Amino acid sequence: MTPSPSTQRTRVAHRVLRPAAWAAVTATAVFALTACGGGSDPLAENSGDAASGGSSDAVTVGSADFPESQVIAELYAGVLRDAGVTVETKPGIGAREAYVGAVKDGSVDVVPDYSGNLLLFADKDATAASAEDIMKALPSALEGQQLSVLDPSRAENKDALVVTQATAEKYGLTSIEDLSSVCGDLVMAGPPEFQERAYGVDGLKQKYDCSFKSFQPINDGGGPLTVQALTQDDAQVADIFTTTPAIQDQHLTVLEDPKNNFIAQQVLPLTAPDRLPQNAVDALNEFSTKLTTQDLIDLNRKVSGDQQQNPADAAKQWLSDHGYEKAS
Amino acid sequence: MNLFSEAAQFLTDPANWSGATGIPQRLLEHVGYSVLTMGIALAIAVPLGLWVGHTRRGGGMIVGLAGALRSLPTLGLLTLFTLLMGLGLMPPILALVLLAIPPILSGTYSGVAAVSPALVDAARSMGMTEGQVLTRVEIPVALPVILGGIRNAALQVLATVTIVAYINLGGLGRYLIDGLAVRDYARMLASVVLVAVLALAADAVLALVQRLVTSPGLRLAGDRP
Repeated sequence: MTPSPSTQRTRVAHRVLRPAAWAAVTATAVFALTACGGGSDPLAENSGDAASGGSSDAVTVGSADFPESQVIAELYAGVLRDAGVTVETKPGIGAREAYVGAVKDGSVDVVPDYSGNLLLFADKDATAASAEDIMKALPSALEGQQLSVLDPSRAENKDALVVTQATAEKYGLTSIEDLSSVCGDLVMAGPPEFQERAYGVDGLKQKYDCSFKSFQPINDGGGPLTVQALTQDDAQVADIFTTTPAIQDQHLTVLEDPKNNFIAQQVLPLTAPDRLPQNAVDALNEFSTKLTTQDLIDLNRKVSGDQQQNPADAAKQWLSDHGYEKAS
Repeated sequence: MNLFSEAAQFLTDPANWSGATGIPQRLLEHVGYSVLTMGIALAIAVPLGLWVGHTRRGGGMIVGLAGALRSLPTLGLLTLFTLLMGLGLMPPILALVLLAIPPILSGTYSGVAAVSPALVDAARSMGMTEGQVLTRVEIPVALPVILGGIRNAALQVLATVTIVAYINLGGLGRYLIDGLAVRDYARMLASVVLVAVLALAADAVLALVQRLVTSPGLRLAGDRP
């Protein structure tokens, strides 16, 4: 049977469409690839955007694109308002490359950061590991880039080896040093990069002479699957961030790290020299004496846990509990 | 270009072709998970599809069920099952089985249901039992369509088995997930290339099988313009 004219037409249309469709697909793929390659482009866009927003006398508080950073930024904003400073917020700017760029170009005046990772960002060959050494090295590392930091808080969010209470009692563990004699009997769970980073499997071996029976990679960044591996005894040790609410909820024990295998990550404000008025600097420095890791655990639970509060509301509660009456 | 040459370097480095984390081992794991997944999915979907196709009862339900299963995100299921059942092999395999069932089920059901009623009636009138109608008429006639569904499922499973590396299992996805964790894009590209080559090879084999088992009479009918 000969195809009817209409089928013929559709077939022709198909033939014409096909190469066009392929061209579209290829073009999209190429665009996607170039977008991935050009890591600095989103930064440029972001900072350009941000620059147009800020007014001159207000202090702009920015944050990285994860909940904890947004909560701390809301705390900074509340503290500054309480001190009589006009504040604008710019939450969720992006990764460190993006928000450091925003602080440099003046579109953001202050942003919460973590001391250890900030130091490695400014100077990738830095070897400082303890909280004190990092704070000694940080100002000079930032100086060349027209950046500065204020006083650090005691609050820290860093990788830590965590065990269940039962495991801690069974082997008498309080520090990673106590682990070294039993490492060979224990299974460790953590993010895949733990196998390859300097602070990971190799770091534990060199600093603490600890080689686990096996390492089980779980790719949820110390999230519920990693916690479950611990609580169900599929693993006895896990790499979990110190501000994870599960540490408290599941009564997990965070092992001390006397040899600083995991470098200190104190929360502190990143700003630029002479950018903030003195009353703002004083207010943030005073605030940093109050913030603790426990506060971050509580705030994270409110924002990321079952309550799903927005960062501003979670921060508001903390501020009013800590005597910042004029924060909002 | 740099990325491609780095990926090629990864693929040709002899160190990556031996040991417990080498490519042969990962390939073996990848194929192992895939075969296990397909085995379970076939055992569930083929009998169900044959029964529904043969009796022509519940066809609407099967179409709806297959559609609903298709819409479930496999990575989400993997996380859910792992949280419910704990770490291990079966939670991710179950998530993959749910991915593999819809194409096999739809292929089997629609293949059998599409067999000409006249042909089935003729078989019955020759005195064939229902079982004989199914095995001697419906399945042979529907086989190309059934195998088409299985090919489809096998491709999807081979490509998606990469996600079992999200938890502590192996397979070629290990290079993808571990590479992403340390921003090693060359390793990720190498992983993707390996999975693509494996999937193409498997599809070629299944296409050959599909051709070989197709009854000569059907092949003639299919060749007619």
